[in-house]
Amino acid sequence: MNARQVYLLCVALALAALGLFAYKHLVLGFPLQPDAEVEAWDIEVGIRFLSRGEPVKVSLFLPRKNDVYSVVEEHFVSGGYGLTTQIEEEHRVATWAAREASGRQSLYYRATIHPSPNAELANTAKRPPKPSKPGFEGASRAAADALLADIYGRSADAETLVRELIRRLAGLARRGQAIRLLLGDDPSVSRKADVAARVLALAGIPARPVHGIRLQQLARDAPILQWLEVYHDGAWHAYDLETSERRIAKEYFSWWRGTGSLVSMIGGIELSTKVAVTLNKESALLAATAHERAARPALFEFSPLVLPIASQAVYHVFLVVPMGVLILVVMRNLIGVRTFGTFMPVLMALAFRETRLFSGILLFCLLVGAGLSVRFYLERLRLLVVPRLAAVLIAVVHLMFLLDLLNHKFGLQPGLSVTLFPMVIMTMTIERLCVVWEERGPNEAFKQALGSLLVASLAYVAMNLDYLHHLFFVFPELILMILATIILLGRYSGYRLLELRRFKVLAAANA
Amino acid sequence: MLKVLNKLRQLGVLGINRRNSRYLLRYNPRRLYPLVDDKLQTKRLADRAGIAAPELYGVVEIHRQIRDLPKLLAEHPDFVVKPSRGSGGDGILVVAGRSKNGYRKSNGTLISPEELAHHVANILSGMYSLGGQADVALIEYRVRSHPVFDPISYQGVPDIRLIVFMGVPVMAMVRLPTRQSDGKANLHQGALGAGIDLTTGKTLTAVWGNGVVEDHPDTGNALTGIRIPGWSQLLVLAAKCWELTGLGYQGVDFVLDGDKGPLLLEINARPGLNIQIANRVGLLPRLKLVEAHLKELGDASERVAFARNYFPSAQADDHCPMVAQVQEDLLPV
Repeated sequence: MNARQVYLLCVALALAALGLFAYKHLVLGFPLQPDAEVEAWDIEVGIRFLSRGEPVKVSLFLPRKNDVYSVVEEHFVSGGYGLTTQIEEEHRVATWAAREASGRQSLYYRATIHPSPNAELANTAKRPPKPSKPGFEGASRAAADALLADIYGRSADAETLVRELIRRLAGLARRGQAIRLLLGDDPSVSRKADVAARVLALAGIPARPVHGIRLQQLARDAPILQWLEVYHDGAWHAYDLETSERRIAKEYFSWWRGTGSLVSMIGGIELSTKVAVTLNKESALLAATAHERAARPALFEFSPLVLPIASQAVYHVFLVVPMGVLILVVMRNLIGVRTFGTFMPVLMALAFRETRLFSGILLFCLLVGAGLSVRFYLERLRLLVVPRLAAVLIAVVHLMFLLDLLNHKFGLQPGLSVTLFPMVIMTMTIERLCVVWEERGPNEAFKQALGSLLVASLAYVAMNLDYLHHLFFVFPELILMILATIILLGRYSGYRLLELRRFKVLAAANA
Repeated sequence: MLKVLNKLRQLGVLGINRRNSRYLLRYNPRRLYPLVDDKLQTKRLADRAGIAAPELYGVVEIHRQIRDLPKLLAEHPDFVVKPSRGSGGDGILVVAGRSKNGYRKSNGTLISPEELAHHVANILSGMYSLGGQADVALIEYRVRSHPVFDPISYQGVPDIRLIVFMGVPVMAMVRLPTRQSDGKANLHQGALGAGIDLTTGKTLTAVWGNGVVEDHPDTGNALTGIRIPGWSQLLVLAAKCWELTGLGYQGVDFVLDGDKGPLLLEINARPGLNIQIANRVGLLPRLKLVEAHLKELGDASERVAFARNYFPSAQADDHCPMVAQVQEDLLPV
């Protein structure tokens, strides 16, 4: 009963930890590696116009999260204009308005987009509804039917059908009567896109004209492009309207759908719009947190990343302490190493973080040795226990100060710095060592000192791995995994490794 | 390594983890620990149960009382000072006699009254107690070693440790002081531990440090085959300690006084495992056997009979174990 409870608890803890871990890594894209980078793009729209003192209203299509990219941050520079953003049908629109404005006006919009971590997953997600009536009438209807019938015969599947249609519309293939009727004499790209979408609607294939930009390293005035997005084979595919080529989803950022223009204005003149794009390599961690913050604010609240930077630094350390504790448990209960106190080695490992390992061990030996000699001298003076320990502590403080001073004068070990934290721990260690020396003799004291140093060094090494730091900081739920392991270890009733040596004589005697 | 592991498993050697999880956690309720961690309490319990313990001359509870120490000690030429909550024999001072201006310790060195007072003060401030809590000092009768141990102990007084599981003595050893242990009967301080055959009460080979020895390293005499006097009585006393404390798994320490017979020294709620090396046998099979027969066990003498019947030493095979002789041995109890 008891045992089963333990195992159930451990399995539950492990599952919770792994589930959350997998979700955060696979879905939210939290990186496993500390320095993984992700491509982030900064897009800036600058709108300039001349106002003649009349009420002005400027509308701008805003990018929306799509399958490939998501918008993680956006800023508006509105200087004196009222700003509203709203969602109209499938568009997001920002509207700047002012009752009175005169002279040159500038408005800016700035967005940062990241590749969606779950691009492949989301791409196959939703099937759009059947396209509505394409709205061809009379002659156009007949022309569209004829065109469709023609290319239908010359294609094998949706993709070849779309490409054939685009080739016809772009004039790459024979243009024929029907096309001319549908497009008019000098067709614009939007006209072609519109017609293509409607013809495909006639064939029952969902399609939509899309405006967007090409993502390049650096573009000060990126042209607004138009292409066609067609839904087939369970996903949306982008087609170039000039070449009928399939477009690479990563390279193009689709901004808004339909045939409207990016910026529309009422009340001003000489409108000019510039779109600038820059590539910005960001750490994957920042990207993921930005995603999570945008997508699921509630879950994000439970991560150390919401804390101020200063406390984050503390948790970088704190969250690996369980790892040190795990090592301690293994060393004590599986190996059988004896240490001072229960968690003293973990504290020592924390102290080593500030002194570095080798100087830490050196400092430890020097201080403990000096502290012990002071203590044995005080023993001769026949002091009561508490004042004697206090005297040792004060001596240790002084010794540390002296060591630091010497070190500073001669510049022996630049990394060696003594702060309050290791000092307290060293003092406590000396006290523990004295007690053991007193109660169990020098032999046992040395054994425990060595054991403590060994465990502390191992814990230090483990707790200082960048990788583990990163892992526990980004995925604090992994601590539950350690908890489960430690609970399991709590049920271990087999021999400790060093007991094998201790009882070896028994095995030999009975062999 | 694996061979050792398998062998130990096969022998049923009890390890620390199993002792703690399987026996201490299950059979020793935490609330009973103070009964045995405090020797004064153990002494009082033993007194009530009619189990003899070294006579208590006095208790020093506060620093003020240290001044009255000489008066208290005046009528006792020899005595032992020990911390009530001490562990593992630490802080025990044995005074064997007087000299012109002070006391003579059992190892022959002298100690001034001032030093003795300092020692008592240290005890009071908790230097020898678990966790450093304040303690009291006990001053009690100094046990005279039984002559049977003279050839195999170096100064000091040997004590007899029995593991008593659910009131059944399951294993025993005698701890013999050596020069290295400074006359103390503590294994980790260098004393010898010689196994005792439960059935016959005769000593077996001994453990010293982590090795097995057959002769005393200081006296050179053979350790094995020495019959402990009053063994049957000792076993019954040990068995009774279960009723005394209620601890299912305990280590009971007796000394054999030359004049007063077996005296209860202390009881340990977390007894060590080296007794297995002294006896060259694992505890587990015995513990399991007792667990299997829990319902049939009656009073102390029945439990002792059970132990003598079931736990003869393999080492002592050629010496004894005939059930008839065992029962005869039981009669006088």
